[in-house]
Amino acid sequence: MTTIDPKSPAAEGAPADRYLEYSAIDTGYRAVRWHEKTLYEQSRPGSTNAILPAVEKGIVDAVGDVVAALPAAARRARPPEMPELSEPEILRHYIRCSQMTYGYDSGNSMGLGTCTMKYSPRINEQLAALPEVKALHPLQPEETIQGILEIMYGMRNWLCELAGMDEVTFQPRGGGHGAFTDACMIRAYHHARGEDFRDEIITCAVSHPCNPATASAAGFKVISLYPDEVTGELGIDALRAAISDRTAGIMMTAPYDTGVFDSQIAEYARLVHEAGGVVSLDQANFNGVMTRMRAGDLGADMVHFNLHKTFSTPHGSYGPGAGAVAVKKAFRDFLPVPVVEFDGSRYHLNSDLSNSIGKVGTFMGMVPNVVKAYAWVLAMGAEGLREASEWAVINNNYLIKKLLEVRGLDISWPNRRKLQEARFSLAKLHDETGVGTLDFNYRLADFGVQTYFESHVPRIVPEPVTPEPTESISKEDVDQFVAAFHHISAEAYSNPEIVLTAPHRSIVHREIHDYENLTQVPFTWRVWKRTHPDG
Amino acid sequence: MSERSGGAGPTAGAASTEPGGGPDAGVATRRRIGLIVNPLAGIGGRVGLKGSDGAETVALALALGAVPMAGARAAETLRLLAEGAAPGGLRGHLPGGHSPEIDLATYPGEMGEVVAREAGFVPTVLGSIQTGATTGADTRQAAEDLLSWGADLLLFAGGDGTARDVFAAVGGRVPVVGIPAGVKIHSGVFAVNPRRAAELVTEFLAGRAGLEDREVMDIDEDLFRAGIVSARLFGYMRMPYRRALVQGAKSGNPGGPSTLRDVAFGVLAEMDRDPGAYWILGPGTTVKAVAHELGIEKTLLGVDLLHRGRLVAVDVNEAQLLAFLARKPESVRARLVVTVIGGQGYLFGRGNQQLSPAVIRAVGREGVVVAATLDKLHALGGPLLVDTGDAECDAYLSGHIKVVTGEVDRVVWRVTA
Repeated sequence: MTTIDPKSPAAEGAPADRYLEYSAIDTGYRAVRWHEKTLYEQSRPGSTNAILPAVEKGIVDAVGDVVAALPAAARRARPPEMPELSEPEILRHYIRCSQMTYGYDSGNSMGLGTCTMKYSPRINEQLAALPEVKALHPLQPEETIQGILEIMYGMRNWLCELAGMDEVTFQPRGGGHGAFTDACMIRAYHHARGEDFRDEIITCAVSHPCNPATASAAGFKVISLYPDEVTGELGIDALRAAISDRTAGIMMTAPYDTGVFDSQIAEYARLVHEAGGVVSLDQANFNGVMTRMRAGDLGADMVHFNLHKTFSTPHGSYGPGAGAVAVKKAFRDFLPVPVVEFDGSRYHLNSDLSNSIGKVGTFMGMVPNVVKAYAWVLAMGAEGLREASEWAVINNNYLIKKLLEVRGLDISWPNRRKLQEARFSLAKLHDETGVGTLDFNYRLADFGVQTYFESHVPRIVPEPVTPEPTESISKEDVDQFVAAFHHISAEAYSNPEIVLTAPHRSIVHREIHDYENLTQVPFTWRVWKRTHPDG
Repeated sequence: MSERSGGAGPTAGAASTEPGGGPDAGVATRRRIGLIVNPLAGIGGRVGLKGSDGAETVALALALGAVPMAGARAAETLRLLAEGAAPGGLRGHLPGGHSPEIDLATYPGEMGEVVAREAGFVPTVLGSIQTGATTGADTRQAAEDLLSWGADLLLFAGGDGTARDVFAAVGGRVPVVGIPAGVKIHSGVFAVNPRRAAELVTEFLAGRAGLEDREVMDIDEDLFRAGIVSARLFGYMRMPYRRALVQGAKSGNPGGPSTLRDVAFGVLAEMDRDPGAYWILGPGTTVKAVAHELGIEKTLLGVDLLHRGRLVAVDVNEAQLLAFLARKPESVRARLVVTVIGGQGYLFGRGNQQLSPAVIRAVGREGVVVAATLDKLHALGGPLLVDTGDAECDAYLSGHIKVVTGEVDRVVWRVTA
């Protein structure tokens, strides 16, 4: 544990930066800062890039004037307003932007709970970048993509086995999109049975917010249950209070974001089925239970996986997301299309499902991610998956043991064993020092460590902290993370100003989250111009 | 006797001669806080007197060796507020580390001046008091004077009695934050502790807090000493509440934290499902908001009766309700809409005694619609409470109950006696 030496620079009121330098756990991290303007702002009219040759005469003769084929109404009145820069300038810009970011490859990212930040083997990136994958056309005839379809079908079989389900779609582009697919299928299912009056989805406050959000987006009313103060579980009595003849289904995450696995899920599923509802289990937190728990065996009708979390394809802004939804036979007919089928010798794309909810994404899904997930599972094997879950859970329980030695930090539902992650609380530290979780997290960035995930909403644990050390995390990573926590806690108790003014080594001092005025945030150039009329 | 000392310090002088005079004039970041400390609040608690109302109780408490606590509680809040403008204070909680400048006005001596100066403020001091013998009249006068001075917010330390006095003087005309220092805290206008009070004030001054109506309640101390809790709802004052800053970004309620209007629409949806029923509407702004959406003027503090979108009786008592329930046709259901006392969690037994065990039984548990904003529920941090005075009825109501939190949002919350 870090203690503060009374002779240290900190005790003498030295700048916060010196204080950290004095510590043995300083990584020397300093964020790179460039006064980098957007490409639009850097634009110099007339600057140019590759100069393309004019179209050869033979081509013109054969094709004619391509633009002339466009109806006048579809043509631009003037060219698009694009920035004008040379190739090296553009390259430099993106290199500088990348230098100002912190990502999985920069250092210890175990803080990002519920994100399952695991290492994504580089070789899988190379596989996905093979011309056979990269140059694939989404409308290629089936007979020319048998290999890709074989991979998709193979991944389908593995997911069915892991989930205890019968069919899979790779259409969703992420976890929330997968949950939305579930919600749409639940709606279609009741419609097909003439039970449109079922308009309530039950969920809970320790599920991912995409569960209530997608249910709401699909037109359902949402009933949220809250975990019991002692057990961390929803409880049969609470569920009974929510169930009615209007129950369309339950959408919940298992294990919860708190790392608690609800021991009564099978009973919840039975009660919801008894009431005529559908059971959807969000498997975004699957990393702690691979090969040990099958949602289908617990009574779930449908699940979604995040290929970019559990299956390493990868997560965290260095790759697109990919969801996979697996369902029981009774719901196969409601899946989005196409699904991949195998007749014993050839693979087919079937877009003819009578009750299909239609398309939730274009073409065949996020194919490169399926390739990476397939390669990852193939390399791991069933034993490897089991072992990965064990390591993730052991890492987390080691973290819990070490972190609970930090002054001012507590854990929620302390009497429950946690799986892939746990939700801690800095409420005590906050009450005793004025340093809250937001301040603490900003300070953590000074250690060259990824900041942690605080909590989803609603925040039922005050001043929350939710790290998730996956199987890729070493003991040294956990120890580094814990040492930083000890250091910051000691600062909070002795010289809170250091923490309250953190970070000291980052390019942005404090983020200002003004969620009330999202419409004023210039996410696009067009909005920027509108909100900055004077440039 | 402390005399008015406005104009003594530089801040005080500046405040009284500020160009434009009003709180909206001058630099936008200078905000005015009025401070009232009821020095005798809570004095009866430590010595087992269950309250501090009345001169006799105060005298008895002092004789029993009671030590006034309100000043110390207020001092903690003020210290944090003062630090808000300096490193290490509350500024860590604000984006960009900015903290608005505070002009503070208060009453002399133990009613605020002492703790304000100790915390480093140079307050404008209004009015005069009889040191050692302040009464509710002083609190009421102080609240009025501070409002005239142009306070953007009244910060007061005390209990339910103090809240009532502040309410009597200023009603809903200025937002308030109560620092809990009394024996009885049944009103919703108190922060949970002095630190949270400072945070609420800071969030409010920074323009980041929402405002909501909170209950001003008090119990009859004489009955309380006889073991009977009889809480009366006196009205509502506006109190800032800290918004969950990320709410709305990823929650099931894309529009952000649920508002009273969302909740009202949710209750209307429940009414639509049972159109023929008689609806008993409990007290409170939440239920009043439902009536408002129906174009009906409901009593704020009373229980009214609704049938097919029209009020059929207003401000009814228990006997009238029971008589009505006995008269109505068997085939027509009676339903009941109630809300939760903010900050306290009481569903039945506080401020709505008209809804007695007999009334509750006649309606049935399944006939009760509970309505509250999600913020109100989250701020409770605990179960809903029932204290009907009838253990059997309390047990009947206990368990889990659905709460309408928005037009399409419901939560299930635990109820306990």
